[in-house]
Amino acid sequence: MNSPVDPARLSISVPAAAPVRTRLKGLVEISTEHRVVLALAFLVIFPWFAPYEALAVNILVFGLFAVGYNLIYGYTGMLSFGHAALFGLGAYGAGIPIAKFGWHVLPALGLGILVAGAGAAMIGWFATRTRGIYFAMVTLAAAQVVYYIAFQWVAMTGGEDGLRGVNVGVVNLLGLHLNLLDPRTKYYAILLVVGLALWAFSRILQSPFGAVLEAVRENERRAAACGYNVRRVRLLAFTLSGLFSGLAGALYGIHLSVVPIETLHYFTSATVLMMTLLGGMGTFFGPFVGAFTYLLLADVVTVITVHWQLFVGGLFVFLILFFPRGIWGSLMHWAER
Amino acid sequence: MKNPAPILRCEGVGKSFEGFTALSDVTVDFFADRLTSIIGPNGAGKSTFFNVLSGTYRPSVGTVHFEGKDITNLEQSRFAHIGIAKSFQITNLFPQLSVHENVRVAVQAMHARWSLWRPRAHFKEVVEKADALLALVGLADRRNETTENLAHGEQRALEIAVALACAPRLLLLDEPTAGMSPEEARDMMKLIAKLHETRAVIVVEHRMKLVMGISNHIVVLHHGRLLAEGSPDEIRTHDEVRRVYLGSAI
Repeated sequence: MNSPVDPARLSISVPAAAPVRTRLKGLVEISTEHRVVLALAFLVIFPWFAPYEALAVNILVFGLFAVGYNLIYGYTGMLSFGHAALFGLGAYGAGIPIAKFGWHVLPALGLGILVAGAGAAMIGWFATRTRGIYFAMVTLAAAQVVYYIAFQWVAMTGGEDGLRGVNVGVVNLLGLHLNLLDPRTKYYAILLVVGLALWAFSRILQSPFGAVLEAVRENERRAAACGYNVRRVRLLAFTLSGLFSGLAGALYGIHLSVVPIETLHYFTSATVLMMTLLGGMGTFFGPFVGAFTYLLLADVVTVITVHWQLFVGGLFVFLILFFPRGIWGSLMHWAER
Repeated sequence: MKNPAPILRCEGVGKSFEGFTALSDVTVDFFADRLTSIIGPNGAGKSTFFNVLSGTYRPSVGTVHFEGKDITNLEQSRFAHIGIAKSFQITNLFPQLSVHENVRVAVQAMHARWSLWRPRAHFKEVVEKADALLALVGLADRRNETTENLAHGEQRALEIAVALACAPRLLLLDEPTAGMSPEEARDMMKLIAKLHETRAVIVVEHRMKLVMGISNHIVVLHHGRLLAEGSPDEIRTHDEVRRVYLGSAI
């Protein structure tokens, strides 16, 4: 004989789901409020479970690059195919003074950021006159111009062989002697810079200008009617994105002790776009998740087959079709519902 | 009694699109103390005229002056700064942003649009002004809702709040009651009449009853030309207007 269902039990079990949802929502709110601290806390412990330090540094650097790219694509809605130029300008901008003129790493980093920012302002000045696919094409063309200049200017950039001799070694900073040849020290030294960049990035997102970026992404016509010069907003966003991308590039050169010409290749532009989409565009931590997924897959699958891009491509298509918000974006969306 | 000078003056305004003339030689003065409605049958050129007045289109010929200043070729984004705001015919908001954020972003355009560092929540006067505007259009209780979740009538009201964010001296409204139920349309017209107490208002509208009820000046366009202008009574008894609107209630 079937025993009747106890209604009292039902009434307990149904609302039990609600507090879980509320708790999840609360967690999302807390994680949004303290996003920089939480991101840094994760990145601090990251080397302990990353396969090896060099990969962890790559994830850190490309995560920052994707954060910079996310500013323009995820938050402002501008699809750029030319961000390799900004990444590469940062790498060469910091690498050349170190390799050719023996500069200290800090001013070299600053110069790398400035060169990338100036490059972004120049490319953006032309590109922001266009929209959509035309914008993407102008950025791609500009990046190719930068690539060929670096390719031909062998005396300064090393041309096809890349820029060698970006050796930093021991850095004296506020009385500390940081040996960047030690992988773990290098990771934390780069994390310090990435942490400052994330803090600045978060400030920009929270600022009135951060709201303008979202408004322009949502509705350019309305933003213009509200009194915003949309072209100027897009140009400033592109330049800011260039500063973050340039910093990532500069850190990449310091990490590798060499600036490969591939940093300027359009494949690098496609890589950062894929990382951003994999992680979740328009989310704060998504770019790091995207960089982690992409680079880890590349690292693991390469051992099995040289056609690792086939696997990354497959995952990319799967996510775009079924989880267009990306890995982190989908998780956040699910928790927020 | 009329103001001594018009707040907006259009002289010989025309607009052509690749050979098609949508608007031709329209000369009209708009005064600050009037609620002016622009009417006309379909294809009369109302929307083109509205877009010229609000800066979306630059006229092919003619000039537009606001408070004596030539604004014929002014950038769209400058209109809000000189005191002209508009609402669109098709609801035009920031759909993924919250209701409050829609208005706050619009208010912010007049205060701190290039601030990159200070958190937006610290701009208390901007937040408070946005809240006051939401209260004015009756959306205070929908403050934190995502805009795309609002009902159509609420979105139209939000459009008005966004337009008011720049504290305009001239408010241009393109079919503010489009898609609304008769009750919602009446409420909207009441709101527009209230807004007119403190600023000049120009409305493009096709609901004749409502237009006649709230306007104190009407401009009639037909085939892209000015057909008539005057008080509602003058327009109601105007032979040419009656002929154009034959069969419709004026």
